[in-house]
Amino acid sequence: MSTNDILQILAYVIALIVLAPILGQFMARVFTGKPHLLSRPLGWLERITYRLCGIPANHEMSWRQYAASLLWFNGLGFLIVFILQITQHWLPMNPQHLPNVPWVLSFNTAVSFMTNTNWQSYAGETTLSYLTQMAGLTVQNFVSAATGIAVFLALTRGILRKTTSVIGNFWVDMTRSIVYVLLPLSVILGVALLSQGVVQTLSPAVTVTTVEGQSQDIPLGPAASQVAIKQLGTNGGGYFNANSAHPLENPTPVSNFLEMLALLLIPAALTFTYGKMVSNRKHGWIIFAVMFSLWFGGLALSLYGEYSSNPSVGLNTNLEGKEIRFGTVNSVLWSVSTTAASNGSVNAMHSSLSPIAGGVAMFNIMLGEIIFGGVGAGMYGILLHVLLTVFLAGLMVGRTPEYLGKKIEAREIQMTILGILIPNAVILLGAGVACVLPIALSSLANQGPHGLSEILYAFSSAAGNNGSAFAGLNANTDFYNIVLGIAMLIGRFAVILPCLVIAGSLASKKVSPPSAGTFATDNSTFAVLLIGVITIVGALTFLPALGLGPIIEHFLMIAGRIF
Amino acid sequence: MAKSSTGQFDRALLGAAVKDSFRKLHPRAEMRNPVMFVCWVGALITSVLFGIDLIKGVFPEFEFQISLWLWFTVLFANFAEAVAEGRGKAQAESLKKGRTQLMARLLENNKERLASATTLKKGDIVICETNDIIPSDGEVIEGIASVDESAITGESAPVIRESGGDRSAVTGGTRVISDRIIIRITAEPGSTFIDKMIALIEGAKRQKTPNEIALSIVLAGLTIIFLLAVATLKFFADYSGTAANQDLSGIVTVPVLIALLVCLIPTTIGGLLSAIGIAGIDRLVKQNVIAKSGRSVEAAGDIDVLLLDKTGTITLGNRMASEFIPAPMITEQHLAEVAQLASLSDETPEGRSIVVLAKEKYGFRAESLTPSQGKFIPFTAVSRMSGVDIFEDDGQVMMSVRKGDAEAIKIMVENEGGEFPIEVVGTVNRIARHGGTPLVVADGKDVFGVIHLKDMVKGGIKERFAELRRMGIKTIMITGDNPLTAAAIAAEAGVDDFIAQATPEAKLERIREEQRAGHLVAMTGDGTNDAPALAQADVGVAMNTGTQAAREAGNMVDLDSNPTKLIQIVEIGKQLLMTRGALTTFSIANDVAKYFAILPAMFGTLYATSGSTGGPLLAMNIMHLHSPESAILSAVIFNALIIITLIPLALRGVSYRAESAAKLLRRNLFIYGLGGVIAPFVGIKAIDVMIVAAKLVK
Amino acid sequence: MKTLLTALKFIMLMTVLTGIAYPLLITGVGRLFFVRQAEGSLIIDGGKILGSELIAQKFTDPRYFWPRPSAVDYNPQPSGGSNLGPTSASLKDSIMVRRSRFAAADGAPVPADLLCASGSGLDPHISPEAARYQLDRVASARQLDKAQRTALLSLIDKYTEAPTIGILGQSRVNVLWLNLALDSLGRR
Repeated sequence: MSTNDILQILAYVIALIVLAPILGQFMARVFTGKPHLLSRPLGWLERITYRLCGIPANHEMSWRQYAASLLWFNGLGFLIVFILQITQHWLPMNPQHLPNVPWVLSFNTAVSFMTNTNWQSYAGETTLSYLTQMAGLTVQNFVSAATGIAVFLALTRGILRKTTSVIGNFWVDMTRSIVYVLLPLSVILGVALLSQGVVQTLSPAVTVTTVEGQSQDIPLGPAASQVAIKQLGTNGGGYFNANSAHPLENPTPVSNFLEMLALLLIPAALTFTYGKMVSNRKHGWIIFAVMFSLWFGGLALSLYGEYSSNPSVGLNTNLEGKEIRFGTVNSVLWSVSTTAASNGSVNAMHSSLSPIAGGVAMFNIMLGEIIFGGVGAGMYGILLHVLLTVFLAGLMVGRTPEYLGKKIEAREIQMTILGILIPNAVILLGAGVACVLPIALSSLANQGPHGLSEILYAFSSAAGNNGSAFAGLNANTDFYNIVLGIAMLIGRFAVILPCLVIAGSLASKKVSPPSAGTFATDNSTFAVLLIGVITIVGALTFLPALGLGPIIEHFLMIAGRIF
Repeated sequence: MAKSSTGQFDRALLGAAVKDSFRKLHPRAEMRNPVMFVCWVGALITSVLFGIDLIKGVFPEFEFQISLWLWFTVLFANFAEAVAEGRGKAQAESLKKGRTQLMARLLENNKERLASATTLKKGDIVICETNDIIPSDGEVIEGIASVDESAITGESAPVIRESGGDRSAVTGGTRVISDRIIIRITAEPGSTFIDKMIALIEGAKRQKTPNEIALSIVLAGLTIIFLLAVATLKFFADYSGTAANQDLSGIVTVPVLIALLVCLIPTTIGGLLSAIGIAGIDRLVKQNVIAKSGRSVEAAGDIDVLLLDKTGTITLGNRMASEFIPAPMITEQHLAEVAQLASLSDETPEGRSIVVLAKEKYGFRAESLTPSQGKFIPFTAVSRMSGVDIFEDDGQVMMSVRKGDAEAIKIMVENEGGEFPIEVVGTVNRIARHGGTPLVVADGKDVFGVIHLKDMVKGGIKERFAELRRMGIKTIMITGDNPLTAAAIAAEAGVDDFIAQATPEAKLERIREEQRAGHLVAMTGDGTNDAPALAQADVGVAMNTGTQAAREAGNMVDLDSNPTKLIQIVEIGKQLLMTRGALTTFSIANDVAKYFAILPAMFGTLYATSGSTGGPLLAMNIMHLHSPESAILSAVIFNALIIITLIPLALRGVSYRAESAAKLLRRNLFIYGLGGVIAPFVGIKAIDVMIVAAKLVK
Repeated sequence: MKTLLTALKFIMLMTVLTGIAYPLLITGVGRLFFVRQAEGSLIIDGGKILGSELIAQKFTDPRYFWPRPSAVDYNPQPSGGSNLGPTSASLKDSIMVRRSRFAAADGAPVPADLLCASGSGLDPHISPEAARYQLDRVASARQLDKAQRTALLSLIDKYTEAPTIGILGQSRVNVLWLNLALDSLGRR
């Protein structure tokens, strides 16, 4: 590693630590309905939304009503994206005259964007029309991120409130997230990316004759607007197939820095929003610190992996799948961040990463997208782990467990376990079955342990709603489109629904004031314990699988074996 | 009974427990515990596979040993539960013995007839005389008697039971020592106090407590995760075998996968969970406290507000003379002398303390007065003073010494034409301000001075409250005293708060208020008027000497009737939860080492190049275990033996110190978390060396 | 039912707001301020589009500098990398082929970026080392004399982009610009 590498990491970390708390405080004001910077310039948009949609802004919902609104809304979102795809040939704004998308792929893509996964079985530039990208995908990029924030807010209110049955208004949470947070940030980032060379036009692709006389189609389209929100909303679905490795999606080191920053910015900021909302800023910082430590640990490991030589293929520096303008350090920073957050965009091909870096990426996802995690999703995901940690720690200090004054009882624990267990089960079962099904194995581009990694990664990415891939696996088959589509659905809603149940259950409880006998959640002991629970639960669940995938591949690579 | 409790590992008890652990192999019994059920199914499958091989004519030694140890794992867990239950059973047995074939003297239409005690219904009237055993729970409606309650309390000193008031409740199974009482039965057959106690101790009606349920969910969840991890490992292994062009079917077998599964699922805590719960209640019984539900024991660990009666808990129960403050022109010695005289025939604790203080300070001998010399004037609520009249030989009153309430004495003195000195008024006010009780001593119109009666706070109680504070528990003193007195005692005892001039309503209101603020409240009580508060409190400990109403209302009964017991109860509750937490952590932490034993055993040869002995994952064999078989077997054996090893800890509970939560957590994390990671590395290695030396494996 | 209606109205409104209005707003900003960037950073010379400075073109002529290997053969429809894993036999083969293709006469080791396919398959840059490494081949193919070689070397330096503010990214040379400059150098 060079000094410059370290400086780039430092610049990134500093930017994140400076900006996240500021944005976090701002969001806390937005979500609690206090006046803020944008209430004057954008308030009309919020009000007009309520009026046009007939939303009674001060009517609050029970967890059931909240969940019902969320499910109906997401269901409709799915339907729109699905229909846009299977009819795009007949619809306007399709300058390349792309055909209708087959329904299986449409299903997969619609689920993928509705669940904030943004797994891409398709190649954007050759599959989707401008209209589908804009009115379908870009919209879901916004609303799926806002859905994550909404669930996080509902859960936070559940923790915060006492003896009530209501946990907020889904539509209000959605509106505020989009109008005051996602949209303004996207406009800023979109323009910044545009200035760097990310395309944004409705003109069709340009055909050029190259210097050596060949014909080359330069793809165009409304990319900057979508790339901005795909990064901010931890969506990750690239406008182009190569995602943010594509020079028209991520043209310069500056655009790369901004996109990376956007990737972790909101998830990191939400830890501070949370601290502010529960009136325990230190607890917010502790959660941030836990996420940061896990992120940093992954980064260090990945860097070690990437800077090791590869005797198998005879490379001292592994640049396969990487772009020269970013180099190794930015590729690794990105791969760790995008899998820590549930983003899934890439600026280098994960499949070609060293086994360690690829394994870290995979493990990050397997942990449940809680190292910063998806917008909102990371917070409610880590809160499930916090509840589990609090449960164990509470017992160890001789009290029935409580969190921020709320007793954690069978109901909450049941839901916590479900929320943690189900995605893990989907990963293991899906990958396990795919490992022995010929129809699934025929998609593999790599043999040996890397093939297993490809399958594991695919199911982790789907169930974890990440969206990145070991793209050697040809996932655009009926089997993977359907199975992974289902995995994404389960991975999303089998976490959201338990969280809402917990929110409802906690909201109805009394609050016990803390005492010296209470286990504190705002000190380093708790941070260490939380890290321990996260890594041990994750490691114990996935060690056997990882052992036969990336871990063994690492040793085989050192031994110079190829497959 | 608890006093004569058997040692932790009584031989007969163990024998019964061994028998029980086999009885508990019944699938219906195992199904109550999902973790051990998975283990049980695993043992069954390996046995069946072993049996099939046997029929085929081969004797698979390795499979045999694995299935054997899996059965041991299940049995050890059953044994833990059986031992815990057994200890309770032994206690219950002794209770039952006395109850069989007990006859009651039933009073019907003023006629007496004999009836079996077990047929007694609520509302029946029975007679008990000296040496009769009271047939069932009831209320004394006529008479007074001393009763030996040692059968349930272990306390040999008899207690007085009389009709009316707070001492009217009698318990079935206790023995009348003197006199005759008539009792109205208050319990239906089979639901008497003793019945409940027996049921509770035997664990017959034991239901899982809320926290136990929550923990079971966590454990079940972990079990499912590991089940999936191990089941899918078969597929991953198949893929890898194909990819490496190797045949792994010799080592990735069903028994090995089951062995891995059983090692990973939290069998340690799963096997000990119910034993921990039973042992918690058992420890309470040892303290002579009967908890009516496991739930209340758990709640005890969460208590953060303690309501304590001042008298008997915080103070010695009686006010004591602490100093003599003479009136002007009177020496202290003189005052002491007169005060002693005034108290010579006063048998109240206050009176005696005056005599004692005078003796200690001035060496006055307490000479008792003969009735001819003096006449004791007892304290009455009207006169508000007591004292003694001393006669000359001719019957003339020589002295008329009184001690009593300042107001009353003042009136008396002024009636006699004397003057109540202004200095004495000052002294009286000063003592009252500091929470003491001033007793003014006078003889006719002469005022001698003031005796300072003081509530004596129990030695060491202040330290105890400081300890509670460190545990995060707030103490509130309840007293009938006026606020001034209460404040002074509160300050001296170091309680956090007090309720002065407490009425039952005030207590109840305070409990509700604390609960509204989210606190969990514990209190003790004995009177009928305490019943509402006892019922309202999260943990209500009724004194066994109390009324039936109080005992019904509380969720625990303290047989020793010792209000300080509350503190031990809280500790036992905390210990119960801590033991669960510690063993859960330990159990999960153990898995790390087990992976390091079993994964290299299964996949050590995977991707090995032809000619070389091992593949890359052999590097995981950091314990350098002898062979794949020995590694797997060692892990399984360790997993089984650790249950047995930890039974004493489960029964005893992890040690509890009054420390802040942060310190406790760090200590437990260190011991059970880090220890849990390290211990199996050592244990598995040791077992490996032993079984290899014993040639149990290749 | 009321919930469904609200959901329908809300998704419609959001589609208009975030799916139509927002992209059009950014497109408008592009039209006004960043015309060149918004339209693909095209290099236009005398009305003829020579290519996009952000998209690598295929060069096989030894008289040109060659870009990094591409898994999609420099065809942007669609973009992509090889996705070959670190123990892939195909990757090893590809690297061997690329090594022999780039190998210099003096046998110096080939820079890694020329051995590895880029992530997008369209990476417009190579490292300055990779450019200098190809200098010999280009020079001899073009039969450049010593002075011209020096001019070429300084041309590489000229087209080397340093990390932004000295920190972000890596030093790199845009192959298309370099080759275009090379042609104009030859013309002069």
